[in-house]
Amino acid sequence: MEKLTNRAAPVNRDPITFGEKIYLPAIAKGLSITIGHIFKKKATVSYPEEKRPFSPVFRGLHILNRDEEGRERCTACGLCAVACPAEAITMEAAERKPGEEHLYREEKYAAKYEINMLRCIFCGYCEEACPKDAIYLSETIMPTNYTRASFIYKKEDLLIPDPKNKEAK
Amino acid sequence: MSEQPKFKVTIDNITIEVPAGTTILNAARMIGGDVTPPAMCYYSKLEGSGGKCRTCLVEVSKGSEKDPRPMPKLVASCRTTVMDGMEVKNITSDKVLDARKGVVEMLLINHPLDCPVCDQAGECHLQDLSYEHGASGTRYEFDRRTFEKEDIGEYIQLHMTRCILCYRCVFTADQLTNKREHGILERGDHAEISTLLGKSLDNEFIGNVIDVCPVGALTDKTFRFKNRVWFTKPVDAHRDCPTCSGKVRLWMRGDEVFRVTARKDKWGEVEEWICNDCRFHKKEVKDWVIEGPSRIDRHSVISQGHYVDTVKQPVYIDRVIGKNPKLLLDIHKVSDVNRPDVDLSKIEGPAHSDDFKKNKDN
Repeated sequence: MEKLTNRAAPVNRDPITFGEKIYLPAIAKGLSITIGHIFKKKATVSYPEEKRPFSPVFRGLHILNRDEEGRERCTACGLCAVACPAEAITMEAAERKPGEEHLYREEKYAAKYEINMLRCIFCGYCEEACPKDAIYLSETIMPTNYTRASFIYKKEDLLIPDPKNKEAK
Repeated sequence: MSEQPKFKVTIDNITIEVPAGTTILNAARMIGGDVTPPAMCYYSKLEGSGGKCRTCLVEVSKGSEKDPRPMPKLVASCRTTVMDGMEVKNITSDKVLDARKGVVEMLLINHPLDCPVCDQAGECHLQDLSYEHGASGTRYEFDRRTFEKEDIGEYIQLHMTRCILCYRCVFTADQLTNKREHGILERGDHAEISTLLGKSLDNEFIGNVIDVCPVGALTDKTFRFKNRVWFTKPVDAHRDCPTCSGKVRLWMRGDEVFRVTARKDKWGEVEEWICNDCRFHKKEVKDWVIEGPSRIDRHSVISQGHYVDTVKQPVYIDRVIGKNPKLLLDIHKVSDVNRPDVDLSKIEGPAHSDDFKKNKDN
């Protein structure tokens, strides 16, 4: 029969020698490897006390950005939602009224903005699609919770605090 | 007159026979596909349109059979009629592609980059054109022209900054209505679409200017900021209308009719004009007889998320366990978006902050 690869090695079927029969050299060899590992550097970290540094491209929880004057940057253009492969983002837009110029950067803004974190796969496409520098993925790990409802993140949960007015939400 | 002579014309090495008097653009449209030059101002249903935007420039490398000299300059294909034996180069000519790039740059000089705010985004011809033919950056360093905001009535929103002065809406008002109330005022850089002395546009067919506008200069005020076009689903529908044909396209989300427009063909032109009553006042499903989903080019962003010809697989879990499975999360209980008790499509104009507040108290 034609061989599939040339890597096949014949099995050694010689009867085992006296040295191999007493097994002690093999046990000593194995123990030396085990003991050797005790003195080597550990591959794990004890997680909650000790944390590994994040990769510079780590993608965590989303934030909605504000501009220097504290106005919301998002204009509800829908590009994040259309780019989202998991269809996690939904929004509803509204028109800015006179007198709301200090709240919203543009004529149109997102009145409602929601990310369903149960759907989100943290691919970062929304950040890439955003033409207004409004959505970013931060270095925060998504917190866990007991209820599904707490994973629907609304605009108030995503917006960063106003730089001018820290206590106001 | 009865025997119209046929002319042979070759566009990008594809030969076609067309009746005499056909323009190069229309001959190219008969061939279809990539050889068709884009057109921003020409509109086959409007008499006299064309010749303004220069995006349809083509190179005529052979004038005709009798006079085979090439035309010295690029010609506007919407205004140049074919001659027998004419040879036209569109996408096979580097000169044309280069000129078109320049034209797009010129059109974009004063066009604001507010596509994220603009309601036309997704079905905007200028967006498509600049994506296909334009450069990715601008070389223009000066301020773009701005205008004072003008209110031209309760149904139509005018954004003069976005206008490319194609004159389509002027021709529409001229040819569809008995009295035109808007036009282009001023000259040159100051030219603007306006109604003299702040009149409002209220003819019953004036809503069609929204459909003919290739950019977002004239948009539907009843749809303003309600939704992005690619999140609504286009559906063909008709109704018995005493004033117009009643054949429209509904843009729906769930059972809500967000917008009503005329049906458009593959060149983005209106098939049949519709009246204001159909367009602005019939925003309920029960007003319409729905024919089925509209055909949308699969390269268009509007076709995203519309899964056609999919068969829903039957679920047997209720029969196996003897009851309906418990829903672990009813999204409407948590979510503020698309709440069943808030009908955005029923609000007159764009939604405002108090529209959402008012509904929260109820």
